[in-house]
Amino acid sequence: MVTATSDSYTREAFETFLAGRDEPDWMTDQRRQAFEAYRGLLETPLDLEEYKRVDARTFRPSRYHLQEKSADETGVDTLMQHRAEYAGQVTHVDGHTKNVSLDLEMAEKGVLFGDLATMLRDHEDKLRPYFMTRAVLPDADRFSAWHAAFWTGGAVLYVPRNVALDRPLHSLIALQTDGAADFSHTLVILEDGAEATLLEETASANNDATGMHVGAVELLVGRNARLRYVQLQNWNHKVYHFAHQCGRVGGNGSLQWTVGGLGSRLAHIHQDVMLDERGAEAQVNGVTFTIERQVLSYYTKQAHNAEDTTSDLLYKEVLRDDSRCIWRGMIRVEPEAQKTDGYQRSDALMLSSTCRADSIPGLEIEADDVRCTHGATGGRVDEEQLFYCMCRGLSRFEAMHVIVEGFFQQVFDRIPTELVRETLSQAVERKLGIGD
Amino acid sequence: MSSILKVKDLHVSVEETPILRGVDLEIKQGEIHALMGPNGSGKSTLAYALAGHPKYEITKGSIHIDDVDILELDPSGRARQGLFLAFQYPVTIPGVKVADFLRHAVSNIRNPERKEGEGLIPMREYRKELRSRMEELGMDPEFARRYLNEGFSGGEKKRMEILQLAMLQPRFALLDETDSGLDSDAVRVVSEGLNRLAGSEMGVLIITHHERLLEFNKPHFTHVMLGGRIVETGDAALAHELHANGYASVRERHPQAAQEQQQADQSKVENQEVPSGA
Repeated sequence: MVTATSDSYTREAFETFLAGRDEPDWMTDQRRQAFEAYRGLLETPLDLEEYKRVDARTFRPSRYHLQEKSADETGVDTLMQHRAEYAGQVTHVDGHTKNVSLDLEMAEKGVLFGDLATMLRDHEDKLRPYFMTRAVLPDADRFSAWHAAFWTGGAVLYVPRNVALDRPLHSLIALQTDGAADFSHTLVILEDGAEATLLEETASANNDATGMHVGAVELLVGRNARLRYVQLQNWNHKVYHFAHQCGRVGGNGSLQWTVGGLGSRLAHIHQDVMLDERGAEAQVNGVTFTIERQVLSYYTKQAHNAEDTTSDLLYKEVLRDDSRCIWRGMIRVEPEAQKTDGYQRSDALMLSSTCRADSIPGLEIEADDVRCTHGATGGRVDEEQLFYCMCRGLSRFEAMHVIVEGFFQQVFDRIPTELVRETLSQAVERKLGIGD
Repeated sequence: MSSILKVKDLHVSVEETPILRGVDLEIKQGEIHALMGPNGSGKSTLAYALAGHPKYEITKGSIHIDDVDILELDPSGRARQGLFLAFQYPVTIPGVKVADFLRHAVSNIRNPERKEGEGLIPMREYRKELRSRMEELGMDPEFARRYLNEGFSGGEKKRMEILQLAMLQPRFALLDETDSGLDSDAVRVVSEGLNRLAGSEMGVLIITHHERLLEFNKPHFTHVMLGGRIVETGDAALAHELHANGYASVRERHPQAAQEQQQADQSKVENQEVPSGA
């Protein structure tokens, strides 16, 4: 078994890992291929453009281990779990799935929701064609390959053609045991005309447990389908987080993707949205708040692969103390993607003189009839705004809080789900050190 | 008991440039004072220094409300003591709704001991109060849901200042050129609003170049500033005279202050670093 004294991710460890899993051959084969790719990619330098601003020297993979079985859940303090009436919920602890529920009516309509490994085995025909074949590819880089070899746990949501879920679904990914590795994978498939909202959050059971997440998110949105996906990354400040996340949208489909980045010691997220057919649209919202020595890095790409596609990305970052936030964005327009409407913007608000925000927008446009706009701003809290608020009786801290909330409001205004707005707003309050 | 705002021998510098050179002023609750004077004489500096702007350094003198030493307090503490500044250029705070902002303000001013995170004033009564104050000022209730001063016209911003004045009911209100940059309709609305609010419980200092605001709010005292000092104090007739004839005669009567004023104006031209608010 994988132990603390050996490297957790050697060939030998991998074979032991495989032996412990009762999986169909195709899955095992896929893992083996990914493992070979992983060993190879470890020798290949990471893409400098993507990783040069991310200093991961303190990250030691061998400190984190797959958990043979999950510890008894001691209760994870989550922001969304009990806040709403959900059509279904799933919880993962230390890479193992627990507590799956799905509204019976939805199940009868053919909706699949639950543990990825079980679902992949039981519904191979429906799910296998999508699993790491179209969105996140195993050989993208060492993190995706590592994930593809060792993935455990994670949620799958499959919504058949023209089925609409009237209530959101909730997925919680938790880390509990000190030194645990989480390789969870989220796979969402909306067939043509389907509609769903999935709220996902990652959280730690306590503030002291170290951990690692090497994850992947795949969102496949069919023609005329509508997906709202929220991922609130709320690990404690000892977790390392690496993720490949990719959404693909079919003709006239729409994806609204909201990212909340609050937790982790160091995080790097590769986030792609791909607009594959005419009329596809994606809105990407980002809210991040870093404090102390946290480092959050986002590498976002909006790929316009077809005519008449729309993408709109807005990231708002607040930084405090010695924290750092990096956003590198790219809009890529293929030659055939005429009439593209692409937008990207990142605004950073710095609350200390020792934090640092890097915002680097970028455009690569091969078509000649497009509208693409990008922008990035960075600044400190305006002293005149603070003075004004204080002249109205707000304390300096309260004024700061009001200004930060207002700064995020522009993103909140884009999010139609009240629960999400409230949750993010509450998370921001907590981070500011007030509220419950 | 009527409160009194007492400014004694106040000297204020901005980035080491002296602007105020010994201001004495007493305002009692219920009194209206007009503060006039040419550009750069120090009127706005006095207002900002009273409110506690960190850039305005008090080098000498004192400010008290009754026995409370205002200089010991930050702007928030001063506001909680009942001091209010209506800004000449109100700032925009994106994403912060007027109603939410004012609810925090009102909660703190009415309960000066309130700590952040403690209860705000109850929503129902607050809403009702806000709505009726807005109605009195002829404001669309929709304003409460807008972001503070974002996309507001000049007149809307000034009206928003008066709305805050109405909600916060300060003991002492400083109005820094609240009538500037407004068309005559807007001046009328603001003037009438102030007239309704300023009763026996409010001492008011109106900083102005114009006369309109004073027509509706007849000052008990008019002060003239020159070279960072109050050089003359009279009644409403003085304001009228200054408005009609300008400051030439004041300069003649106070040659030393006029000279200091001139020097300050020149150094400002030479040194663009001096903030325009002075």
